[in-house]
Amino acid sequence: MTDLTSLTLTEARDGLKARAFSATELTNAHIAAIEQARALNAYVLETPEHALKQAAASDAKLAKGEGGPLEGLPLGIKDLFATKGVRTTACSKILGNFVPPYESTVSGQLWRDGAVMLGKLNNDEFAMGSSNETSAFGAVVNPWRRAGSNVGTGGAGAVEGAHLVPGGSSGGSASAVAAGLCLAATATDTGGSIRQPAAFTGAVGIKPTYGRCSRWGIVAFASSLDQAGPIAKTVRDAAVMLRSMAGHDAKDATSADRAVPDYEKAVGRSVRGMKIGIPREYRLDGMSPEIEALWRQGVAWLKGAGAEMIDISLPHTKYALPAYYIVAPAEASSNLARYDGVRYGLREPGRDIVDMYEKTRAEGFGAEVKRRIMIGAYVLSAGYYDAYYLRAQKVRTLIKRDFDEAYAAGIDAVLTPATPSAAFGIGEKGAADPVEMYLNDIFTVTVNMAGLPGIAVPAGLDGQGLPLGLQLIGRPFDEETVFSLGEVIEQAAGRFTVGEKWW
Amino acid sequence: MSVDLATVKRVAHLARIAVPEADLPKLQGELNAILGFVEQLNEVDVAGIEPMTSVTPMAMKQREDVVTDGGMAAEVVANAPASEDNYFMVPKVIE
Repeated sequence: MTDLTSLTLTEARDGLKARAFSATELTNAHIAAIEQARALNAYVLETPEHALKQAAASDAKLAKGEGGPLEGLPLGIKDLFATKGVRTTACSKILGNFVPPYESTVSGQLWRDGAVMLGKLNNDEFAMGSSNETSAFGAVVNPWRRAGSNVGTGGAGAVEGAHLVPGGSSGGSASAVAAGLCLAATATDTGGSIRQPAAFTGAVGIKPTYGRCSRWGIVAFASSLDQAGPIAKTVRDAAVMLRSMAGHDAKDATSADRAVPDYEKAVGRSVRGMKIGIPREYRLDGMSPEIEALWRQGVAWLKGAGAEMIDISLPHTKYALPAYYIVAPAEASSNLARYDGVRYGLREPGRDIVDMYEKTRAEGFGAEVKRRIMIGAYVLSAGYYDAYYLRAQKVRTLIKRDFDEAYAAGIDAVLTPATPSAAFGIGEKGAADPVEMYLNDIFTVTVNMAGLPGIAVPAGLDGQGLPLGLQLIGRPFDEETVFSLGEVIEQAAGRFTVGEKWW
Repeated sequence: MSVDLATVKRVAHLARIAVPEADLPKLQGELNAILGFVEQLNEVDVAGIEPMTSVTPMAMKQREDVVTDGGMAAEVVANAPASEDNYFMVPKVIE
């Protein structure tokens, strides 16, 4: 029998329907793969017993010819999604052993549709990071290695050599999907946290339109930017996942009350005659020739499929990242005020209540989270609110207007690179200057600021044999078009899978 | 704009995060790097521009003002570091 962990989500779905294997076999294959891959540190909590129980229930349904769209399919869940009765930490010490008495709406919809939970996936603490190095559970290892690198596993099963980061914040999700440790994973994206790790690991990741997925039960980072979405092996798999994850939820006032289309039907749909915007502002000074060549290749592929390329201008692009680093920390400082040592998680005793708060938060939050909370507190403080926060929100209006005008002029979607480089090494970035790490999100963050759907699709390899991705940005609530275009790229580029399971 | 050490201390207190004296200069450098980076927003002409309040314009939904959830005090305090009789326990705040 073929290795069941090498199947795509939709291949596995079709295999289960055809009774080629059972959900229990499929789940067991993934549980074994996870045990073998602990050196990657993708999972922060494995739930094999829970998974096998769900798989048995799925097998019973499948035997009767019943079951939902994800029946019996084993998935990984980012540790930002509250899972009822299963420890949820946002990979922060401050949540400690928090066990939610409720289920996030998005994960609940996956179980409603029959999916199986393999465990909780590593991420940057509170989703703040672009390399998964800020997790309280330690860094995640990218299963991809540079050509000729010395990375391997030593006697104790630990990774040796200078390994690569999987990107972040959804680094565990991306690493697990790329290494065959789940068929697909949930993820969240505030500034690029789905698309950048997907691009770093040869996976597909889509951040849907703001409001498409309910944020209820997802640990909040920056509420006006956060969106859930899937990381998957193919565009089709991502489409199937998103259909189950999306939908209106009365418990999230910002969730959109719109019907969710059958996204899979958009995969393979013709893109002939579509107008694709190529924004000149994304052509950065000092851009790597490999990224430029990848972008040109993407243009050629979409042209070949009958789409029309149009040079466009999104003049406020360069201000998206600085505006983001005001808006996101401001919202974070407010959202993270709840971690006070009273209602859940860690508490450090103090001489009075304020001392208890300050010691608890000093002990519980990591360095990056503290930095962002403090930046947020500063830009919202008396006397600075107008100069920073209000100005950033005005700039955000201008960023969105750029896209509105392009779409009003008839553009169907925008094509850009997903990241400025391939995956980098652990400890290589951001040690001296946090801004160096922030620049990773330069192509993705505009999409969050404008609330638009964006997909990252693997499109090639760099000179070191590492995957690179292209990004397609759609009109609000038009995820279907980016799935159709993404499929054209995937068909032309082929899939990029990790060769040898060296871990 | 850059922040001095006293401001870093004040902001840490506003954020309710204890920062040891020795860590303040490093934090000051990092905060100033970020504030320096966002400085470029001053180039943008924002005269007459409305600040964004909602990225996807939608009407706020309304519902009947009735209790839809509750009656689960034990679950609410289940994760508390200290609780008694379904109350959260905190250090004394009133003298």
